[in-house]
Amino acid sequence: MSSIKIELHENQVKELVEVCRSFNNEAGELINVLHKAQGIFGYLPAEVQEIVARELKVSVAKVYGVVTFYSFFTMVPKGQHPISICMGTACYVRGAEKVLDEFKRKLKVPVGETTPDGKFSLNCLRCVGACGLAPVVMVGDKTYGRVSPDGVKEILAEYA
Amino acid sequence: MSKYKMNILVCGGTGCKSSASDLLAAALRTELAERGLSGEVQVVVTGCFGFCEQGPVVNVLPDNTFYIKVKPEDAVTIVSEHIIKGRKVQNLLYTDPATQTKVDGSGAIDFNKKQLRIALRNCGFIDPEKIEEAIARDGYAALARVLTESSPEEVIGIIKKSGLRGRGGGGFSTGLKWEITSTVEADQKYVVCNADEGDPGAFMDRSILEGDPHTVIEAMAINGYCTGADKGLVYIRAEYPLAIERLKTAINQAREYGLLGKDILGSGFNFDIELRYGAGAFVCGEETALIHSMEGNRGEPTFKPPFPSEEGYLGKPTNVNNVETYANIPPIILKGADWFSSIGTEKSKGTKVFALAGKVNNVGLVEVPMGTTLREVIFEIGGGIKDGKKFKSVQTGGPSGGCLTEKHLDIPIDYDNLIASGSMMGSGGMIVMDEDDCMVSVAKYYLDFTVEESCGKCSPCRIGNKRLHEILDEITKGNGKPDDLDRLRNLSEVIKDTSLCGLGQSSPNPVLSTLEHFHDEYMAHVVDFKCPAGQCRDLMIYTIDAANCVGCTACARVCPVGAIAGERKEVHSIDQTICIKCGACLEKCKFNAVLVS
Amino acid sequence: MNKIKITIDNKPIEVDPGTSLLKAADTVGIKIPTLCYLHLEDLNIENKPGGCRICVVEVAGRRNLAPACATQCLDGMIVRTNTMRVLNARKTVMELILSDHPFDCLICAKSGQCDLQKLAQDLGIREIHYKGEQSHYKEDRSPSIIRDMDKCILCRRCEMMCNDFQTVGALSGINRGFMAVVATAFEQDLVKSPCTYCGQCVAVCPTGALTEVDHTNQIIRLLANPKKTVIVQTAPAVRAALGEEFGLEPGTLVTGKLVSALKQLGFDYVFDTDFAADLTIMEEGTELLKRLTNYLNGDKEESLPILTSCCPAWVNFFEEYFPELNDIPSTARSPQQMFGAIAKTYFADKIGVDRKDLVVVSIMPCLAKKYECQRDEFKVDGNPDVDFSLSTRELAALIKQANIDFLTLPDDDFDSPMGESTGAGVIFGTTGGVIEAAVRTAYELYTGKKLEKIGFEELRGMAGIRQATLDFDGLPINIGIAHGLGNARELLESIKAGTCSFHAIEIMACPGGCIGGGGQPLHHGNSQVIVARQKAIYQEDASKPIRKSHENPYIKKLYDEFLGSPLSEKSHHLLHTRYFDRSKTKVIIKKEQE
Repeated sequence: MSSIKIELHENQVKELVEVCRSFNNEAGELINVLHKAQGIFGYLPAEVQEIVARELKVSVAKVYGVVTFYSFFTMVPKGQHPISICMGTACYVRGAEKVLDEFKRKLKVPVGETTPDGKFSLNCLRCVGACGLAPVVMVGDKTYGRVSPDGVKEILAEYA
Repeated sequence: MSKYKMNILVCGGTGCKSSASDLLAAALRTELAERGLSGEVQVVVTGCFGFCEQGPVVNVLPDNTFYIKVKPEDAVTIVSEHIIKGRKVQNLLYTDPATQTKVDGSGAIDFNKKQLRIALRNCGFIDPEKIEEAIARDGYAALARVLTESSPEEVIGIIKKSGLRGRGGGGFSTGLKWEITSTVEADQKYVVCNADEGDPGAFMDRSILEGDPHTVIEAMAINGYCTGADKGLVYIRAEYPLAIERLKTAINQAREYGLLGKDILGSGFNFDIELRYGAGAFVCGEETALIHSMEGNRGEPTFKPPFPSEEGYLGKPTNVNNVETYANIPPIILKGADWFSSIGTEKSKGTKVFALAGKVNNVGLVEVPMGTTLREVIFEIGGGIKDGKKFKSVQTGGPSGGCLTEKHLDIPIDYDNLIASGSMMGSGGMIVMDEDDCMVSVAKYYLDFTVEESCGKCSPCRIGNKRLHEILDEITKGNGKPDDLDRLRNLSEVIKDTSLCGLGQSSPNPVLSTLEHFHDEYMAHVVDFKCPAGQCRDLMIYTIDAANCVGCTACARVCPVGAIAGERKEVHSIDQTICIKCGACLEKCKFNAVLVS
Repeated sequence: MNKIKITIDNKPIEVDPGTSLLKAADTVGIKIPTLCYLHLEDLNIENKPGGCRICVVEVAGRRNLAPACATQCLDGMIVRTNTMRVLNARKTVMELILSDHPFDCLICAKSGQCDLQKLAQDLGIREIHYKGEQSHYKEDRSPSIIRDMDKCILCRRCEMMCNDFQTVGALSGINRGFMAVVATAFEQDLVKSPCTYCGQCVAVCPTGALTEVDHTNQIIRLLANPKKTVIVQTAPAVRAALGEEFGLEPGTLVTGKLVSALKQLGFDYVFDTDFAADLTIMEEGTELLKRLTNYLNGDKEESLPILTSCCPAWVNFFEEYFPELNDIPSTARSPQQMFGAIAKTYFADKIGVDRKDLVVVSIMPCLAKKYECQRDEFKVDGNPDVDFSLSTRELAALIKQANIDFLTLPDDDFDSPMGESTGAGVIFGTTGGVIEAAVRTAYELYTGKKLEKIGFEELRGMAGIRQATLDFDGLPINIGIAHGLGNARELLESIKAGTCSFHAIEIMACPGGCIGGGGQPLHHGNSQVIVARQKAIYQEDASKPIRKSHENPYIKKLYDEFLGSPLSEKSHHLLHTRYFDRSKTKVIIKKEQE
């Protein structure tokens, strides 16, 4: 996974080190730090986790253990337009699965991955709490309600 | 609010906001400004009204006119017609589905009639970003009273007497929990608000935090006073950006007003609140897992005892309550334990907020007294089943709950009755299903969730739920055997009996309850290899009706695997050994010649 | 303290408050099966995640079953451990665990020693009713340890040892749900992790998920090769544990049988690592005295304490975590490597064999030794000083494969000259032993007086960190001892902080020292096994006619004939080493373009 080392930008690393310092480099703040780190880098590559481990004085294995436990954290860069399909129960019984299948077919990527052009990434999430609009799809911060499989094409067209 | 003649309340909950309610509010303000009315009419963006199905929703006060599905372009009409001319905008009013008449007052709408709002009392009425509005509706009055008039023991006594039970799932007595934390001696204690609402289909905690964050802050401070904690932590889902923002704003305002911080209201009591973010793990709703997560670890639950009230965050006594529980505290203090305990059933007092969703006409947040029946909630408040379909089941309690049926509809809802019926209260998700829903698939859906959300620490939950899911999957694919049902039952019982935490101890509930109440449907899958609801793709057989087929070849052309053969203008046929049951032919055929069974 | 009264399976029991149901049941002969639970009482090591759910029992009034390991006895509890409900639950959980475990018992390295296999037998599992998808992971081979995580049952013992006891942090639980497993950061191979190869994960693994790299086949082939002269050295801790593999009581010394067996296996010379331990004392003890004298004379360049360096996992640990302290440990090589260096020079010359045709095998209680002998600095033109290091367990396997009835073997003696050793060399096998051996020699060399009492009781025991002040004829010498790398870390932090007042510190990575090494017969959670081995080591020491390294006549001869004196140029070349910065975390940072 990290056999190919990626290079991190110096100013982003500085910002991350600063974030750790703002949390007093306390190991107990690991999850807060990872949230901020994902905010800075967009994702959590191995190198970022190594810096966090070093700054908070915890093992890299532990950081990786935490990152892989929580679905909010990702080690894969998200697409320019991250697509999330709500798989909450309300959306499920109103056909979210079919909408998801349509996205998979149109984008030709499985859940959790990004299209080769880096434009879209596809993910599921559990209930955004907009059950009245079920099924719900989010693209970036924008919410689409009552999405049908036929509507997938239109949504994607907006970002063409 | 009083300086304005009229108030236009616009719902700013996540549901309505995603239907452009923020643009609507802006449009209303612009329109009012253009008409020179900004000084007389105020636009207030509030928390969730609860009536999400019909969003964006607008309530005009003082005449209490309720508009639904309002678009930004309707702003002009609302201002010119309603505000200026005093004429209600007919096409934005709610239509009573039974009488087909327009209803204008929010109280006259069936959705609101049976509700009693305690936890949600301020949601939809105040601007959550203004502490003055919270204070105008008795915000922080309970805290002030407690700090100046009562000892911690007296307050705990009130909470105990009120009969309030934890609204997050377990239903443990809130007063008793406070008492335990208060009696443990320690140099540092914590109170924690569990706002990691993870049940798919439940969003009451988010709505409270978005619509009335001050009530949670106030209740946590009272909790701190009673237990001897000077530090509060809110563990909140990172997926709730709006709730986080509003809570942060509210905390800052409370600090400015001296309602958080040192020497609150001159009482000598210190209390402050910090936020901790969840990162997408359902199991962190379990309190020991939540605490481990707050400490920067994997959210794996640990065995209780020790309970958090004895050894919690950083090893210190920690009182954990969820958002809705906290929202009940200030009214109990102000109105008294007797008032609260007069509402509800013998063992479940007060109200409960349910997130009503699924195949029901009025999706939304509903707060009703304990003891209200499922029928009242689904058919009166919820307006019945969508598209005139037949009610089949209602799933309560989220992934830990069970599926109830027609025969349970008249049972008064409370903690104990739901458990006796094979389900549970959980955090209050209520998903309605109709005749088109396959109950085997529904059970599989919930297991899919559990398999993904199990922390993996204990073997029955880690492997057992996976096996349950696999067996259910095989059944929906037509590979089931009658003895699979026995295996499902035994495995479910063992997982419940042996799992470490509440997640595994309840995760088989959807399987057990569907096995019990929909046994025939399971049998249809494993004996006849049929899905009565027509949901299980692999169990369907597509054939061509010779009487209707005109030989247009459309189906043969669309078939992705070449399973359909036939000459032009002759009757086609489907080779069942090749057919992958994708349904493309059915969609394509214009002559109703493709049959499914 | 008031006793708590409970009944288990209708037997009334009185226990102290805080006692678990598991321990309470044990006191009346009720053995509740466990799998993830581990309690090495004498070493204060406990693993109690309550994760496997094998030990569940029925407690009257409780809604669900309770894990006996984690449930405390409460007054009046009525507990049943063998009802139908319990047995069905236990078997079903076991079937679930087995449903995600490979069925290759017949060829598994752990077969016969596997806790999971034994439990499946005890529970009478004959069929898996819940088959399904199994987990698959890439096999990971390091120089010492093989990880086959398909066999992991998530007992988390390895994770606990690696993190809580050793503070190495190579392992962590990762992922969640069915995908959860114990792994290194980014699921890389162990070689890329901070693993020290101490092997404590292997020592506690209940299944075949963690095993040692097996070199027995190479040894069989070499022994059969007439062109090769194959010699063997055996570490002190081996003789105190090998008997366990043949059913002898823990703590039975089998030195003579061990030598016999090695000769029967066909080794050309059977030597003793204890000889090299005596040599280590000569070098390390002299170094200690030199550094101590410099220090006392006010040499600002000299820093104390001196740290022992014979434990390879410990060396790996400080190279990874404390590279800035690389100049503090003694530069003396470990006894294994001193032996190899002398064997392939002095001894090879003596018998007229080219080093390329001389194969040095070591029998070690240790897995890190496998890595150590592969280090580049211990090779001459690519030819290692020690060719292969076998664990105690591997030796037992070799003996069994060669049809040798170990129990009926006569006692035999080590060969000369590198088989002669003192009691000081023997006690290298236990925590506190190296420093005691060093003190025996350093005292006499420093004071010029004879020790009245050879044994230093104040340095012995099982406490994780121990300290003692010894009187060197008016000069107080502060000695520190740590076993377990977590304890070592504590001492190192105090050195870094400048709050450490020790002159010399002995550090061993494994609990109890080498007797509790990662290559020893499995203790299966019984720490009394390790305590018994320690007793045996001191017993062997007491029975030796010579108990001080500098009195070993063959060591004297070695210096006379070959090395000159301790810390001579030749000694430096052959018997000393240097340390490297091996910290793994290195991030590449891109400079901002203007």
